[in-house]
Amino acid sequence: MSKLNSPADLEHLREEILAGRDPDKVCITLCSGTACNATGSGKVAAAIHEEFEKQGLNGSVEFRKTGCHGFCEKGPNMVISPEEISYIQVTPKDVPEIIAKTVKEKKVVERLLYKDPATGEKATHEFEIPFYKHQQRSVLANNVKLDPKNLNDYLAVGGYSAMVKAFDMGPEAVIAEVKKANLRGRGGGGFPAGIKWEAARNALGDRKYVIVNCDEGDPGAYMDRSLMEGNPFGVLEGLIIGAYAIGASEGYIYVRQEYPLAVENVLSAIRLAEERGLLGKNILGSGFDFSIEVHRGAGAFICGEETALLASLEGRAGEPRARPPFPATRGLWGKPTNINNVETWANVPLIVNNGADWFAGMGTKGSKGTKIFSLVGKVNNTGLVEVPMGVTLRDIIYKVGGGIPKNKKFKAVQTGGPAGGCIPEEHLDIQVDFDELTKFGAIMGSGGMIVMDEDTCMVDVARYFLNFLSGESCGKCSPCREGIKQMHRILTDITEGRGKEGDIELLEEICLSTRASLCALGRSAANPVLSTLRYFRHEYEAHIHNKRCPAFVCKKLISYYIDPEQCQACLICFRKCTSGAISGGKDKIHIIDQAVCNRCGTCFEVCPTRFGAAMRLSGDPVPAAIPEEARILIRETKSEKESKAT
Amino acid sequence: MDTTNISAIIDKYNGEASALIQILLDIQNDLHWLPREALELVSERLGVPMSRIQHTATFYKAFSLVPKGRHEINVCVGTACHVRGANRVLEVVQNITGIQPGETDADLKFSLETVNCLGCCALGPVMEIDEQHLGKLAPAMAADLLKGYQ
Amino acid sequence: MSEIRLKIDGKEVTVEAGKTILDAARKAGIDIPTVCHHEKLESFGGCRLCTVEAESGGRTNLVAACIYPAANDLVVWTRSPQIDKIRKVLTEQLLAYAPESEVLKAIAEDYHADKDRFPKEPSFCILCGLCVRYCAEVKKKNVVGFLDRGPCREINFIPELAAVECWDCKECFPLCPTSALQAAFVLTEALISLSPSLQKIDTRAKTASA
Repeated sequence: MSKLNSPADLEHLREEILAGRDPDKVCITLCSGTACNATGSGKVAAAIHEEFEKQGLNGSVEFRKTGCHGFCEKGPNMVISPEEISYIQVTPKDVPEIIAKTVKEKKVVERLLYKDPATGEKATHEFEIPFYKHQQRSVLANNVKLDPKNLNDYLAVGGYSAMVKAFDMGPEAVIAEVKKANLRGRGGGGFPAGIKWEAARNALGDRKYVIVNCDEGDPGAYMDRSLMEGNPFGVLEGLIIGAYAIGASEGYIYVRQEYPLAVENVLSAIRLAEERGLLGKNILGSGFDFSIEVHRGAGAFICGEETALLASLEGRAGEPRARPPFPATRGLWGKPTNINNVETWANVPLIVNNGADWFAGMGTKGSKGTKIFSLVGKVNNTGLVEVPMGVTLRDIIYKVGGGIPKNKKFKAVQTGGPAGGCIPEEHLDIQVDFDELTKFGAIMGSGGMIVMDEDTCMVDVARYFLNFLSGESCGKCSPCREGIKQMHRILTDITEGRGKEGDIELLEEICLSTRASLCALGRSAANPVLSTLRYFRHEYEAHIHNKRCPAFVCKKLISYYIDPEQCQACLICFRKCTSGAISGGKDKIHIIDQAVCNRCGTCFEVCPTRFGAAMRLSGDPVPAAIPEEARILIRETKSEKESKAT
Repeated sequence: MDTTNISAIIDKYNGEASALIQILLDIQNDLHWLPREALELVSERLGVPMSRIQHTATFYKAFSLVPKGRHEINVCVGTACHVRGANRVLEVVQNITGIQPGETDADLKFSLETVNCLGCCALGPVMEIDEQHLGKLAPAMAADLLKGYQ
Repeated sequence: MSEIRLKIDGKEVTVEAGKTILDAARKAGIDIPTVCHHEKLESFGGCRLCTVEAESGGRTNLVAACIYPAANDLVVWTRSPQIDKIRKVLTEQLLAYAPESEVLKAIAEDYHADKDRFPKEPSFCILCGLCVRYCAEVKKKNVVGFLDRGPCREINFIPELAAVECWDCKECFPLCPTSALQAAFVLTEALISLSPSLQKIDTRAKTASA
């Protein structure tokens, strides 16, 4: 592969690539992101290769494995161009039919189309599916168009043109453009990227660094993973532009080792860029030198905090240090350093190419552009969602997300990861942006959005996050280490029936003390408690005063019970019970031995709704078991039933 | 203990102290744990004090100072999985394997860990056994799956 | 060196550039409690008992006085209802580990901290890191270090090094605010003198199970 020595070389290569591509050629695009892989995308790909071989289609039909399309709920996702027919939940055995009908005869395989559960209407294209229809995809747009291992695919969609444009503009103009766009950090801080870049550019230092933070640790968030896996080129291009603007000659990509595919794809993208001269010495003859190294994170949420990340890059335990001095003046090895998260970097080429006005044309007064959310939890359309800032929570959850499964009632949406908060039904119409969410006790964070329904216990949610944080606090400073530990202990007591008078007040006192912590993890550690107390204090009170879990989640406060009047001795729960706690027989009414029951809830789930015999109890005593002789079930004969019915 | 592989890993990073975490990750991937001898060799070659190596090796979750079992089970307890009942799955896995998260059983059959997010929230609750994702689990289903491992 | 002028508790204070709020306050005779701070060591910012309110550019932040650089026009308050509440809870949390610590008892009296507020912890160590940092920064021996993280964090001596370095040093003992390190050592010493079989203390098993 020859090196490109000038922007003209790049344009020439781009023209060559485009000339070799027939827009009318059939192309099967298959999502190979982590979620689709887990649902069998790999096997579908193998089936496609096999079928191509069998039918001699290699060459005449293209096949492209791409990154995440976003609609993970219905994976594996497939799109067939040029018609852009969209198939969901594709299995290997569907492949021969897809090739025979859609590829060869241009006919649609109806059963693989998305069907709207509300209207029953089928959607032939992704843009007709409600999940996609209400989104506005700019950062994620290229994920469906390119094979993350093929640089030519990226060049075909205009890749690296923003870098060339930035070289023309000059560093100051690039920074001015990013500032004018008011691009705020997508990793959680929301700090204006342009101002950070300017500080690093103006800082004194013979050597400067730029860093991609892909230590995406928020449980329930995978935006950065999908960008890194699906379009590593875009992130690299953003980083190169940033390095050029700041005057950095070295860059690092810090990526969790739990994301092996992201590591693999970004390493490959770096190698491809180096081979083409898009990275390295004298990039495209501009005189600008830049190299990138990948550093795998070894499993520590705290390394998402920038000073902890720097400690980790230097080969130490990821403990944050006090700021000031900020990394912009004293960062990696004491040199000026600029750290942004994946999504922030991925926005940069778009801003340079389309201009600050285009970017600032989307969003709200203080928050511009789009934001990617990972919409998960109790929602119909789980997946990655990109919408302009300012869309309401309700639109995201109901229009894009398709509402709550099984007709359950919405309870709260948790945004912003462990440092975030829960927002209840009455505030669903707030516009999602950095400032608005903060007003209601949550935060934007990196974009995790976890929907909770009536079956979610909010005290348990707070306990969950504090448990998470206690495992992730570095332990260096005492307000965080001890505060989290004590809050977790108290919340555990409450959820296990040992809550007592004064617990809520003590929690509130500890919440205040954690604000004295060294870094943002500790300072925001109380948010899960504060926000659930703010909106769901009554749930805390029910646990403490009545030993009742209103959502039937806290195991120590609930029991399962089979109503002898309703039990039809059908043996389903008897067989499925995971702890062997149910006794019964073919005609013997089933009874749960409370001492053996592990409260896994399987009996309640499997008991046929027409019987409704298995029940949950909380705050009420379990009725005594009926005597042995009363357990024989006398079944009504068919004729008896019929006569009863009439 | 044969230390050729470990020496080769250290050489790959030119024995640079800043590469400590990358070196430990490679050793962990190679041996599935970090034996004391390996840490001592790393300390000597990198010129990093043993106290700092131990802090690093115990600080990050990817490292293990005890040998791992044949099958590594990671139960996702990320928020999305949590609200979909990951705890109930975890409890069944604990009952069947007889071990708690962070432990390995005496026969070195299973090692159990909880992880915070595997990034496939659509499939929650999820667990990963030997790097294979198993999604949309219910407690009874998890129990059935585990019976298939030897 | 240029001078910095700031205000602490309403008082104008002048210090050299590069000094912290704590340095400035001590120079002005204003008391701020500390546990993990030591003149010979780099600032750590771990115990956070020196938390103060610092106002600059119209924003008030809670910062650790021991590590926050003194800056011109900074307005610092070392006591407020908020700070007192924070110091009280922090002291109570540490007292759960070291109820007999003289340093903590003195702070507890000033802030009405109750040593029984939180359940008693099995360890004495409050993880101030004085021994760890002294051994690394002053003695340059790195015999004692931290292990693990969060609530599982602890201090740990490397046995092979300790056997060589510690017998004649023990300079970290008097630094320990809990006095427990000293006690533990004396106890260990006594035990070892009784039984030669205990002379090879191996913390490996402990490390492995951590």
